[in-house]
Amino acid sequence: MPEMNTASMPDIVFAILFFFMVTTTMRSETLMVKVHIPTASEVQKLEKKSLVTYINIGAPMDARLGTGTQMQLNDRFAQVSEIQDYIAQEKASMSEADQPLMTVSIKADEDTRMQYITDVKQALRQAYALKISYSARKAEI
Amino acid sequence: MAKSSRKVPGLNASSMADVSFLLLTFFLLVSNMDVDSGLARRLPPPPQTEDLSSVDVQRRNLFVVLVNSQNETMAANQHATEWYANEAELRGEAGGKMSLKDKVKEFVLNPSNSADLPELEEQDFGEPIGFVPVTAAHVISIQNDATTSYKAYIAVQNEVVKAYNELRNEGAKKYFNSSYGELTEDQQKQIQNLYPQRISEAEPKNYGGGE
Repeated sequence: MPEMNTASMPDIVFAILFFFMVTTTMRSETLMVKVHIPTASEVQKLEKKSLVTYINIGAPMDARLGTGTQMQLNDRFAQVSEIQDYIAQEKASMSEADQPLMTVSIKADEDTRMQYITDVKQALRQAYALKISYSARKAEI
Repeated sequence: MAKSSRKVPGLNASSMADVSFLLLTFFLLVSNMDVDSGLARRLPPPPQTEDLSSVDVQRRNLFVVLVNSQNETMAANQHATEWYANEAELRGEAGGKMSLKDKVKEFVLNPSNSADLPELEEQDFGEPIGFVPVTAAHVISIQNDATTSYKAYIAVQNEVVKAYNELRNEGAKKYFNSSYGELTEDQQKQIQNLYPQRISEAEPKNYGGGE
């Protein structure tokens, strides 16, 4: 029985490997709040991941922290008043040309009260982060 | 010793596949392919002074969509006021009521040139659209109460965006004979200029119901 030539297998594997190395974004923060985002039919995809800043809003995963709405910025809980500093910091880490294109994706739980969202929106306005996106799952309604 | 007689030992590369497979599985597990999606909005810049924050809009040009603390929706313009008790009514599935989407479309188009709907104004949009009357000054104001749930708010936002998307699609069909998604970037710009999304998310107000 003739042996199959597997000499090119490493090459193929390397090709796939490079693809994943290039497309992967390593910064995946662990969620500390329960976020069940609402559904909508008219969602648009957020194109450039490097331009997107995330704000997670929901009840804490840890039941000991209560059931009140909390906000997570990066890897810690934060108050609405801290948004401005956070946005400034995120903006500073982008290149000058990308800064006006920065998009803030609000990932909020669907049971959140609008008061909280409105406060966040006002804070974003003050921070001049005017491009926002209400994160929602695509669903045909 | 002659150079040619020396043998270069072959490097055993059979484990290379194993190593690269390991790396590959690592990146496979670490990468998350899911792309975030959502409803894009543009916030107005912060008000510089108190008195500048309000812009006068003619009553007929204003369409107020109010979501209250019971997650009910009121859609009111000078022409008519509609009340939606739940999401099914909002989408016009409950029967009897015109859906919010159709109300928005009627408001933006003002097909009958009614005096109660936004005023029409002839504008040039370039070839092949040409001069078309549009309601250039219309504003859809989405307002909410402090205790409105985010879900209800997004549902209303979605309906309004859907109305605009359908208008743009209809415009693309009419002027370019294809769907909006298939147009070139310039053509999409033209259609966007024809039907710009004029949605205002008002400052929060506390109407009755919320604490």
